[in-house]
Amino acid sequence: MIVESLPFLLKGTLVTVWLTALSLSLGLIIAVPVSFLQVYGGRVSRFICSIYEKTFRSIPLLVLLMLIFYGLPEIGIRLEPFLACVLGLAIRSSAYQSQIFRGAILSVSKGQTLAAYSLGMSRMQTFWHVVFPQALRFSIAPWTNELTVVLKDSSMAYALGVVELLRQGSYIVARTYEPMLIFLTCAAIYLILTVSANKIFAAIEKKLTIPGFEMREVLH
Amino acid sequence: MDDVVLKVEDLRKRFGSLEVLKGVSFEVRRGQTVVILGPSGTGKSTLLACINRLVEPDSGRVFLEGEEITSKNAQKMRQKIGFVFQDFNLFNHLTALDNVRIGPMKVQKLSKEEATEIALEQLRKVGLLDKANHYPSQLSGGQKQRVAIARALAMRPTLVLFDEPTSALDPELIGEVLSVMTDLAKEGMTMVVVTHELGFARSVANEIIFMEGGVILERGTPEEFFTNPKTDRARQFLKKLSELYGEKAR
Amino acid sequence: MSFLQIVQQALPRLLNGLVVTLYLTMFAAGAGLLIGTALCVGRVFANRFVSMLCAGFIELIRGTPMLVQLFILYYGLPVYGIRLSPLVAALIGFTINSAAYQAEYIRGAVQSIGAGQMRAAYSIGMSKWQAVRLIILPQALRRVIPAWTNEFIYLLKYTSMAYIIGAPEMMAQAKFIASRNFEFFKVYLLTALIYLSIVWLSAYVFSQLEKKLRIPGTILGER
Repeated sequence: MIVESLPFLLKGTLVTVWLTALSLSLGLIIAVPVSFLQVYGGRVSRFICSIYEKTFRSIPLLVLLMLIFYGLPEIGIRLEPFLACVLGLAIRSSAYQSQIFRGAILSVSKGQTLAAYSLGMSRMQTFWHVVFPQALRFSIAPWTNELTVVLKDSSMAYALGVVELLRQGSYIVARTYEPMLIFLTCAAIYLILTVSANKIFAAIEKKLTIPGFEMREVLH
Repeated sequence: MDDVVLKVEDLRKRFGSLEVLKGVSFEVRRGQTVVILGPSGTGKSTLLACINRLVEPDSGRVFLEGEEITSKNAQKMRQKIGFVFQDFNLFNHLTALDNVRIGPMKVQKLSKEEATEIALEQLRKVGLLDKANHYPSQLSGGQKQRVAIARALAMRPTLVLFDEPTSALDPELIGEVLSVMTDLAKEGMTMVVVTHELGFARSVANEIIFMEGGVILERGTPEEFFTNPKTDRARQFLKKLSELYGEKAR
Repeated sequence: MSFLQIVQQALPRLLNGLVVTLYLTMFAAGAGLLIGTALCVGRVFANRFVSMLCAGFIELIRGTPMLVQLFILYYGLPVYGIRLSPLVAALIGFTINSAAYQAEYIRGAVQSIGAGQMRAAYSIGMSKWQAVRLIILPQALRRVIPAWTNEFIYLLKYTSMAYIIGAPEMMAQAKFIASRNFEFFKVYLLTALIYLSIVWLSAYVFSQLEKKLRIPGTILGER
């Protein structure tokens, strides 16, 4: 039974992975400038970014998805379910990712920035040569966490009818009446995905470790 | 009376590839204060931790008043051994009074009234009765350590172990802790003290044990040790320390 | 319809849903704390077998989506004759899920306390469980308050998932109203605003609570 349904589940898994990858990337693209502005920007931009991230971390993903999918058509923007989900996941993820990057940048001690300035480096140079390499390493662990969050939350695309892993599972259940078996299999696939993602990024983190330098935890 | 309170027999301990204790043996009689001196990192702290079994030795035996301390009876025996840590290790969520009386109350199962009475008495003896309701984070280093001593004493131990009790303190706070320890020794408490405070060692100790590299290199009375060290290492050590602390070796 | 009219029409129902949302959240956060503490203690302090069991359970729950867990409870259990109502399935599902996450937060707090406290407890003759109960947990549970607050707010948002299995919380009410008056944007916007307010209100209340419970002299998050 499981073997028969595997092809369908794998189709769904592909959609899930694709959803996750797109949303995460779009979120990244939005989050980087936002985090930048929050750390280095003027008072107005800091305020706007703050409102942005606080808002999108305070409303449920489902509400956001509904607003985008059912609500936007009222002002003329009609997105198909998959795109609506990508947009919703991306906006929500960008809010969290911006906080990760902001935290990582702030974790690089001010003393090093001062040292760079006193060597005559410009702000740009200081950021690129001193802050960025370290902030990047600090971001990896929490970003990996965010990756697994987006991966798991992609299951909410079910609510918009997107045929990702969970919905494929429910279609199979409708045919075979074996909900426990099928949904447990879905759970297992998700587990394999999250564990693999964790392992891959842990390895990446290890490769980038500066010998002897402890990894500090970025809390958010 | 030649009453042996603590007998340590051939203790050995290694951490991975590093052998920290290479067969240490000594005895402490009732009422004696034994001070262990030596360079840092030579197993002195490990030795103390092995005595009350906070660390499990690889081989060797420890006897408290004739009874062997094993991992099975360690918890019970620890009630009779007081331990004062270098980092104080006061319970941060409890006031000074609670820190001192939690042992009598929860471990010795005394009533709250009895435990409180004992705790207040010990706090008075270390001079901190007025700080009974303060939390550790509101106390200075010296005050914290004195509460830690009170906490150990509230259990009415037969023996008290001190692991570099003043090493984490600012110089001006060391005195208050040493004076509490000196009074304790004068009252006849059996003590084993690991320290770098040579003045204390000279004036309070009944016996000096000099350790390096996991073995006891020399032992003797303070007079013997400070005026006539037998081994070269001991001589070098004393010379270095007196240069550092400005104490002239007579 | 104007926004104000929508508010008038939709608010009563939405607030009804809000009650269920809050109920789900508080139950899951509270029960999750108790079960999470037990899981954490089992993982950190118990023997190897129990420890592995707890760790395995925690990783299992944290590695799979909450929605899948809800589906297993609501659609899967009937196979064995256990038929749960949507609300009960949601309660159980959110509680178990929260317990697994909270177990990890508490574990972080326990590890931040440092071995010295345990040694000191042993040195006055406490047993391992006495030390855990009297010395480690009281400190760890205080340190975990910020994370617990986060978890509470997380639950506030994620209980919206329960509408998918038919629980009558706020999201379900919003969908109901919107599918009748077709004012999707305005209704969901109102819903979003309500969530926003509740989240900010909770964050404020908890930060005040945290200040009250602080051990005098410590700065939050320090040692």
